[in-house]
Amino acid sequence: MSKGKIAFYWAGSCGGCEVSIVDLDEMLFEVLEHFDIVFWPCAMDIKYSNVEDMDDEEIDVCFFNGCIRNEENQAIAELLRKKSKIMIAFGSCSHLGGIPGLGNLSTKEEILEQVYKKSKSIYNEEGIYPSNSVDDHGNEIEIPSLREHVDALDDVVEVDYYIPGCPPPADVIKTALLTLISGNIPPRSEVLAPNRTVCHECKKEKRDIAVKEIKRVYQLDDIDPNRCLLEQGLLCMGPATREGCGAACPSANMPCTGCMGPPSADPQSENCEQGARMISAIASITDVVDEKNSEEEEIKAALDELRDPVGIMYMYSMPKSILKRRRRE
Amino acid sequence: MSMIEINPITRLEGHGNIKIFKDDNGNVDSAYLQIPELRGFEKFCMDRQCELMPQLTSSICGVCPIPHHLASIKTLDNVFNAPPPERAVAQRKLMHFGYFLEDHLLHFYFLGGPDLLLGPDCPPEKRNIIGIIEKYGKDVATEIMEHRRMGQDIIKILGGKAIHPAFGIPGGVSNAVTPKQLDDIEVMARSLVKFSQFSLSLYKQKIHEDEFYSTAVVSDEYSLDCYNMGIVNDKNQPDYYDGDIRITDAEGNEVIKFHPSEYLDHIGEAVEKFSYMKFPFYKKIGWKGLVESKDNGVYRVGPLGRYNATTGYSTPLADKEGKELEKTFGRPCNMTLAYHWIRLTEVLNVSEQLLELALDRDLVLEGDLRTPVNKVVGRGVGCIEAARGTLIHDYEVDQNGLMKDVNLIVPTTHNAAAISLSITKAAQKEIDQGVTDKDHMNRVELALRAYDPCFGCATH
Repeated sequence: MSKGKIAFYWAGSCGGCEVSIVDLDEMLFEVLEHFDIVFWPCAMDIKYSNVEDMDDEEIDVCFFNGCIRNEENQAIAELLRKKSKIMIAFGSCSHLGGIPGLGNLSTKEEILEQVYKKSKSIYNEEGIYPSNSVDDHGNEIEIPSLREHVDALDDVVEVDYYIPGCPPPADVIKTALLTLISGNIPPRSEVLAPNRTVCHECKKEKRDIAVKEIKRVYQLDDIDPNRCLLEQGLLCMGPATREGCGAACPSANMPCTGCMGPPSADPQSENCEQGARMISAIASITDVVDEKNSEEEEIKAALDELRDPVGIMYMYSMPKSILKRRRRE
Repeated sequence: MSMIEINPITRLEGHGNIKIFKDDNGNVDSAYLQIPELRGFEKFCMDRQCELMPQLTSSICGVCPIPHHLASIKTLDNVFNAPPPERAVAQRKLMHFGYFLEDHLLHFYFLGGPDLLLGPDCPPEKRNIIGIIEKYGKDVATEIMEHRRMGQDIIKILGGKAIHPAFGIPGGVSNAVTPKQLDDIEVMARSLVKFSQFSLSLYKQKIHEDEFYSTAVVSDEYSLDCYNMGIVNDKNQPDYYDGDIRITDAEGNEVIKFHPSEYLDHIGEAVEKFSYMKFPFYKKIGWKGLVESKDNGVYRVGPLGRYNATTGYSTPLADKEGKELEKTFGRPCNMTLAYHWIRLTEVLNVSEQLLELALDRDLVLEGDLRTPVNKVVGRGVGCIEAARGTLIHDYEVDQNGLMKDVNLIVPTTHNAAAISLSITKAAQKEIDQGVTDKDHMNRVELALRAYDPCFGCATH
């Protein structure tokens, strides 16, 4: 049987998804027995022109990480979609927009202004931004533009499967790869990860006690490593987040920040609303919100230290939230 | 006039391309390294809750998440005026050393190293980790993977996961190693010391037997005279976690040593239209554009910058290796390809430091993990040496603990001008008179790979 062809690509990303592939270690040997890697800029010297020269659907599986932040990200997403039979959104940025998706809380102009004009160490007397230009010799130099906002991969091309996480946990990647190697192709649009919440795999004890107020991590003098973090008053995103990581961050005594995205079969469905899920989780655990008689003031006080609910509850999923992005005035 | 393009540049972190413009005789007229990406962390981190910054900025880079996480938490220590207890610093250092080893080994065996280990003219489809597995066999490949894995495992022990861990709290850490885990780390450290020595011998053997490298490494075209920067301890040796920042000139003289909180007095960032990467410069000398001159404030960071900005290593085996390096290349050494040897010497230096720390059981296992935090002071600056060089975070935080200003200067950004100049020089040497074959194009890329650049991180 001839080997399949796989590709790994990064768009608006950090490279962590690439390292998560390297972290498969010996599993890589097994992957290489079944697949040739035909494109992987992080680790191999194959250029865009080589991909352009490929036949349509020549790549069996493309693992695409990173959000769609600029014109180049979109162009390469379209190119790889054309060249690939199966397109996988790999990691939270391509799945839901990821942390760079928080860029949707600002306009493109505001981002450029802060980075190239306002930041403290900048010397930019001419007030220039990166843009198409002509050098002293008359050479024209083009540069891709930022898009107006950040999108997830399936906002610009069709996606066949999703592998969540920032980055995807090794066990989730291994299971997905073994599934692909076995040839038992799951239903299209599936998120290739278990579908319960982080709380299900978290080993901390829950006592089902109500929380009086939400606290910041530095405001708790002691974090009890054996007890539910949410019940200690920390905003742990576990109840609104898909399992698969082994509750990695809570195991280090830090709250889950939600990188696996919400559990649901279909990221296009309304269940893909991590913030809404978290708000209902807070409502069910917070003492005062439960009480019909509670005063509005009391509720406000309990949530007083939740200063940036949007940034916390949509840290990885802003472009896929009901908010999506800041509206232009 | 014509343009040839290397797009994308490969075996590194992030996006980039090289545009080389040639005149009618086929000679190189000018060459540009263009970084086409920007995510905008300095904007979208504003108005976030400050305690999330270690997590948010970690995802500036998935190859070097730990130095971002730690620089961020060091910044927050200052924002809250809460110096962490010694035991907490020891946990942070364990994580940092684990990271440093993993990242440097990743470069030598997966990213830049294949150019050396397989030769510059190895066919492009083989010039990677898969080629290394084929050439050196599965046993060596397994050794490589196991030792890189050790670094990742140490991070995971402390932070729950190896990439983007959760760990830092203002004034301390959330987690500490157990006595059993420390035993394991000691065993790993001993093995890493040996593996560093193996990697160094492999490097020397390859450089000495390869005609191209032994000539190129000392050539003008692969050298660059500029300033150097790195964090030093009180003996002016490299300190990877904390210390003053020292800048030296191309002749090795100290020009300034300052506390990281004063960085704005000494470092500025210029903007050029053709790239999203900013161009930091030493302010006293100023920014003169992309020219190699002692009147231009261009400087280098990372292994070579650190070597030039410091004197000797703090551990015995690394110090001995450093003396051999000095005998061969001198100090300062302005040869770009020397980055590789120095990087591996740092692997040895950090392995030895990891072992020293693992043996200091009282420090690592006894004491508080956090200094109680009271109220926000306002501004904080935090600085650390990442594998690729000096990393600076600078935050302003309001009384509600919300981020109000963020400035980040990242290792590869410091190197932006130096990398661009190295590329231009390599292009002028390798592809003049119309030569464009693929091997020569790769020789242009290997000038930049020596820096182990991280471009997604650099533009952030």
